[in-house]
Amino acid sequence: MSKRLINLLTPIFAVLLGIILGTIIMLVSGYNPVDAFIALGQGAFGDVYQTGEVVRQVTPYILAGLAVAFAFRVGLFNIGVEGQFIVGWLAAVWVGVTFELPTIIHIPLAILAAMLAGGLWAFIPGLLKARFRVHEVIVTIMMNYIALHVVNYIVNTKMNQGSSKTGKIHETASLRSEWLSNLTTGSSIHWGIIIAIICCFIMWFLLEKTTRGFELRAVGFNQDAAHYAGMSVNKNIILSMVISGCFAGIAGAMEGLGTFGYMAVQGGFTGVGFNGIAVALLGGNTAIGVFFAALLFGILKIGALSMPLAGVPKELVDIIIALIVFFVAASYMIRIVLERFSKKGVK
Amino acid sequence: MEYVIEMLNIRKEFGGFVANDNITLQLKKGEIHALLGENGAGKSTLMNVLFGLYQPEQGEIRVKGKPVHISNPNIANDLGIGMVHQHFMLVDKFTVTENIILGKEITSGGQINLKKAEKEVRDISERYGLAVDPQARISDITVGMQQRVEILKTLYRGAEILIFDEPTAVLTPQEIKELIQIMKTLIKEGKSIILITHKLKEIMEVADRCTVIRKGKGIGTVNVSETNPNELASLMVGREVDFKTEKIQASPKHDVLDIKDLIVKDSRGVSAVRGLNLTVRAGEIVGIAGIDGNGQSEFIEAITGLRKAEKGSIKLNGKELFGLPSRKITEAGIGHIPQDRHKHGLVLNYPIGENMVLQTYYKKPFSKTGILNFKEIYNKARTLIKEFDVRTPSEYTLARALSGGNQQKAIIGREVDRNPDLLIAAQPTRGLDVGAIEFIHKRLIEQRDNGKAVLLVSFELDEIMNVSDRIAVIYEGQIVAVVNPKETSEQELGLLMAGSNRKEAGEGTHV
Repeated sequence: MSKRLINLLTPIFAVLLGIILGTIIMLVSGYNPVDAFIALGQGAFGDVYQTGEVVRQVTPYILAGLAVAFAFRVGLFNIGVEGQFIVGWLAAVWVGVTFELPTIIHIPLAILAAMLAGGLWAFIPGLLKARFRVHEVIVTIMMNYIALHVVNYIVNTKMNQGSSKTGKIHETASLRSEWLSNLTTGSSIHWGIIIAIICCFIMWFLLEKTTRGFELRAVGFNQDAAHYAGMSVNKNIILSMVISGCFAGIAGAMEGLGTFGYMAVQGGFTGVGFNGIAVALLGGNTAIGVFFAALLFGILKIGALSMPLAGVPKELVDIIIALIVFFVAASYMIRIVLERFSKKGVK
Repeated sequence: MEYVIEMLNIRKEFGGFVANDNITLQLKKGEIHALLGENGAGKSTLMNVLFGLYQPEQGEIRVKGKPVHISNPNIANDLGIGMVHQHFMLVDKFTVTENIILGKEITSGGQINLKKAEKEVRDISERYGLAVDPQARISDITVGMQQRVEILKTLYRGAEILIFDEPTAVLTPQEIKELIQIMKTLIKEGKSIILITHKLKEIMEVADRCTVIRKGKGIGTVNVSETNPNELASLMVGREVDFKTEKIQASPKHDVLDIKDLIVKDSRGVSAVRGLNLTVRAGEIVGIAGIDGNGQSEFIEAITGLRKAEKGSIKLNGKELFGLPSRKITEAGIGHIPQDRHKHGLVLNYPIGENMVLQTYYKKPFSKTGILNFKEIYNKARTLIKEFDVRTPSEYTLARALSGGNQQKAIIGREVDRNPDLLIAAQPTRGLDVGAIEFIHKRLIEQRDNGKAVLLVSFELDEIMNVSDRIAVIYEGQIVAVVNPKETSEQELGLLMAGSNRKEAGEGTHV
């Protein structure tokens, strides 16, 4: 079996194992797994409305997944996607609320602001890592809390238009479209999915085809060899964090300009950034893998909302997701089984 | 004479690849038996079969005449087989005794009885003349001492048969002499030794018999007293080998590299290079001889920009390089074959083809307006792979998958191809077999003959004596002597490397 095939089969097996074990848990706790999965399928694909919701949910997952994956490819663990996502959201909403511009300028400007905010938020841990070798995991976790509380403060005190929310963004900055909405009988789908797919392409192109990508990947694989080859390791570390933060910021813009159209005070972390870690892991840190992993997560999350109708708590889906993540992380096990299996096949 | 170990017609396959094909090795009691073969010939595989790490597809292993089935290393240990690994398996922060008893602790009432253990270790050490201090911390003792701890470990576990895996690779000439003495003592005490090596000189000096394997096949066993290095080399490689590297007289010209009062600190902040002066001229090879840890690595890293130097001047063709980043230094005309090819020389997870442009990827035609031109990159790679005889399934194969010798050829190809004014080769042949060494030496001399300067750093005195036009001896971060290889001896160099001054060391003239 070729290595490529094994790389492809590993996450698929992880998903299957997660679902099987989830089924067993349902059986043990006295729920009917058949009903549960039918409800889940109905909840995700039952009608176009649900599919619209899935697409809406997938959008920030893709971008958050790209953010984590990009940093990871350069050897950095960006746990701060959540925080970069929150500041990106606020920045996009601020541009959306404050300015009155034609759509063609307003949307790009709002997304750019989100990128800058996310990028800046990631620049700080990148700089600390490059200059003082402070571990990025610690700094990004702290930056998450700073983001959450600072953004809540700003929303509450500077932009509050009642009930702890900012005002609605102007129509010209909105990614929502009547046409899409009508097509999906009033779901909250928006054009953001196109942006997310473009970002997948950008990440792939940047890493695989450009000179800069060659350097970034080299730094990710072997910093000493990169240094030997005359690459600036520190510069590439900072750059990768900033680009990662930009993706996370765009993910935030999707919520601000698409899904919600405003920003409310957050009671806690949204979870999008953290789900991004799982998405990147399941997607093997590649652009295409992130896309499919995000799709799966979106389906599970939206489908789960319908599971209580079958008398099954939706939290079971969180268990299944956790199991999938567990099996991907334990992919070494799956790999060994696959390799054994393929050896027998040869004989 | 009885055999303590017999490995008969061993065959081991990996997938479709035959690593060992019908190899027979018979070890007599009380002999030193060398196992000779090129890199990748299957020496390690064979020993791993004996040690229970691999199961052979065919063949039989007998210990003292009895057929045995060695399914894991514990069984090998119980049968009295011990391995002295090339890469030591020691805990740095533990003492010698603690390392030796690890896994076999003597306990009394749930506590380790260190006193008793130390006494046992001291007894064994004295019996075999190892002179190891049982209370010393591993991080405080020399590499040679650490190796003795490894030997002690196997003896402590009751080994009768010791396998030495390339034991001299990390030792200084003096330490090698001592090791050979130790091996002889072990034999006198009734132990038997298998010595894995590709150094012919050592085999001639210490071994009784020698089994040669080539490309996984057993070529045969010879009595060392009835053979000579040339015969052994051709048995190993399968063709005639030149030992003396042929070269014409050097005709050095202007100074290319000029180093003055260089001071470099090591990673711990201690000065490793302490006021070093050296010049290398166009058209000559200067060899740096010295015992590992006398500042060679720091010196090379400082010249190539991998490490910041504290003070001094590094001039290349009159241009000051001090403090420049590594890219500027590379572009100024320095090629560097790094000491550690896995750490610095290659991105192992990149295809070998992309590693071929590791220094030039950002230049035309490989990169245009920030986009890589893979067609050009792989064209270049194919040319270099062919020219430098890099054996790889394809240019898209990951560098990781190539053998050490081919990885090294790839690096040399890449560096020589840029045609640098100064080529720095740090231990360019470490761990390589005779054929690859010959190839690399030829390439270095070719560079010299093309009027380039070459700086060679090596711990192998043979290599230094053979290839260099001038030898600079480094000791404690300074060049303590510059000698002419034709007018010096290994003895003199060995003493200079150990810190004796020139008068004590012997005649030798300044060049």
